[in-house]
Amino acid sequence: MTTITRTRAIAVGAFALFVIVCVWLLFIVLPRRYGSDPAPAAAAPVAAAAPAPSEARRIKATLYYVAEDGERLAGVERDVPYAASTAEQARRIVEELLKAPPEPLVSALPTGTALRALFLTGGDAYVDLSTEIASAHPGGSREEILAVYSVVNTLTTNLPAIARVQILVGGREVDTLAGHLDLRRPLQKNLRWTTSTAPPPSPTSSDR
Amino acid sequence: MLLRSLLALAVLAGLQPTAPPRSEVASYTLLSREGRRTLPVRVAGNVEMVALDEVAKLLNISVREEANGLVLSLPSRQNVVLSTSQGLASAAGRVISLPAAPMRDGRAWFVPVDAIGRAIAPTYGTKLELRKPSRLIILGDLRVPQVVARHETSGGAARVTVDIQPPTPHTVSQDAKSLTVRFEADALDAQLPGAIGRELVSAIRQGEGPADVAVDLGPRFGSFRSADQPGDRGATRLVIDIFSPSGEAPPPPPPVESLPLPEFSPAGSVRTIVIDPGHGGDERGVRGQAGTLEKDVTLNVARRLKTAIETKLGIRTILTRDADRTITLDERTAVANNNKADLFISLHANGSRRTSATGAEIFYLSLAEYGEEAARIALGESDAVPVFGGGTREIEVILWDMAQARHINRSAEFGKVVEAALREKLPTSPRGVQEAPLRVLVGANMPAVLVEMGFLTNAQEERALSGDARQGDIVQALFDAVVKFREALR
Repeated sequence: MTTITRTRAIAVGAFALFVIVCVWLLFIVLPRRYGSDPAPAAAAPVAAAAPAPSEARRIKATLYYVAEDGERLAGVERDVPYAASTAEQARRIVEELLKAPPEPLVSALPTGTALRALFLTGGDAYVDLSTEIASAHPGGSREEILAVYSVVNTLTTNLPAIARVQILVGGREVDTLAGHLDLRRPLQKNLRWTTSTAPPPSPTSSDR
Repeated sequence: MLLRSLLALAVLAGLQPTAPPRSEVASYTLLSREGRRTLPVRVAGNVEMVALDEVAKLLNISVREEANGLVLSLPSRQNVVLSTSQGLASAAGRVISLPAAPMRDGRAWFVPVDAIGRAIAPTYGTKLELRKPSRLIILGDLRVPQVVARHETSGGAARVTVDIQPPTPHTVSQDAKSLTVRFEADALDAQLPGAIGRELVSAIRQGEGPADVAVDLGPRFGSFRSADQPGDRGATRLVIDIFSPSGEAPPPPPPVESLPLPEFSPAGSVRTIVIDPGHGGDERGVRGQAGTLEKDVTLNVARRLKTAIETKLGIRTILTRDADRTITLDERTAVANNNKADLFISLHANGSRRTSATGAEIFYLSLAEYGEEAARIALGESDAVPVFGGGTREIEVILWDMAQARHINRSAEFGKVVEAALREKLPTSPRGVQEAPLRVLVGANMPAVLVEMGFLTNAQEERALSGDARQGDIVQALFDAVVKFREALR
């Protein structure tokens, strides 16, 4: 009697799992591969990896830099290479943010900082930066707040799929960058640290 | 190159450039029924290490070395395993983190002293206690009360206040040159001022017996009277008033702040303040154009603030570091929690890529980043110890990690008081008190703020911050804030 019940339970469980996998394949994996990609299906990732000789497709994104007063962040609309997936787009945006910006903009991130990896789980983005982000950081609460939130606010403002951002350093979770801001958990967008003269509205920055 | 110039600076200042593996550190004392024994300490990478052999001998532990680590067999028949590759231990099925991995020197192993408190003590069987601030290891059921003595003068009288935790019976007796306070205890965990050199009291020191405190009398001693009063958090406060010979200035009832009313709420007074000079050691913080280092400014101001508060207010004041050394953020918070501080002030100096940025800033913890749990704690709902599925233990851990949530309103109030006081004396950011997820504040179990005293990256402010006058203004402002905050609590 009990064995029969158990067998039945296993069968029901297996079937449920099968259904879930089917739904996942049908609605999530396949559409991503073949669905909304406007470029020829296979070409997009390749074009992303190798710089196209001609002008590659670009999007506008709001990147956060140190504001005039040196105490807040200011959003500036800039061109960023387009990518098909959220993770890849996030990577492009952070890479752009890490580049030395044209005058008079000042980056909130230490020069020499590189993006090691970026991955998403749920609405959380994990941004793994090279150790320069901490070792070359000049220190001070204000400067640390600006560095961290230039990444957090830039990603959450441009990519609504990203709700929170955690910064990793050299592949590891860290307490802080320079002894102040708690980086042990993902951080949400925080507009307290930005100038009140709102950044030019970007197509996706309507939340919060 | 940077390193070299730092080294050169350190050498110029007559300091040792880096902490050598065997720098001089006060040893620990093991107290047991058998008496006192000394456990030497060495410092490696800013972690206090003790020889495992010695610990084993003192605590009757046998040690064997295995592939995965050092296995300690305790008298309780429990095992503790210390990983040799990282700062981890396992005891009674729990994994415990330690500040460093064991180190080998020749054939001897050295382990972090925290291994005694965190890994060995909980599974030791017999009571075993590590008191880091007082550098004591207490084995067995010994009575070792904490005894903190202070000295103040007012008019022609002197007052010695001794806070005793837990309350311990004691007697005060007088002989030719001193008063002896004898406690019914096995030893004392005492913080005594030592030499004072005043006309009524010349020193307060450890007495002859193991549980004696001696108050050495000065040339103008006439008479004394002593009384016990209820102290803070169930402690006893022994107050000894010392007068010059009668005829001169009759003993007025001692005035000033010390009216130890029984307290209605434990947070209703300020007895202990912990001041945290930001950064230190290898971690120098911001460096100004002219070379001013944040870690030096914070330490200078902290020392002066301590002196001001202790001498003028008689509040016990502790620094998280009183030297140029590296300590972790957790250790800073731990100093405040372990000393049951009523206020925590972390001092910093700011930096910005734009040299135009100026002005002091005041921060307290922002809870938004810590989720609903923190909000619940802040609302006081945690006191009811909610029955989540897993029992109470995990809940306690979470509470401790976010201890600051319970004090958030007081922290905000104190922040406002600090801001107003600073604004009166020095350039202060127009933004007022701000909230941020600051790591050093999260675990603080008392009202806590972080003060950025100004921007070292601004040439003018750097000059001011490195000078006596501005530092004095900051000290005065913070002092005023403490006075105001204390009054508001009454």
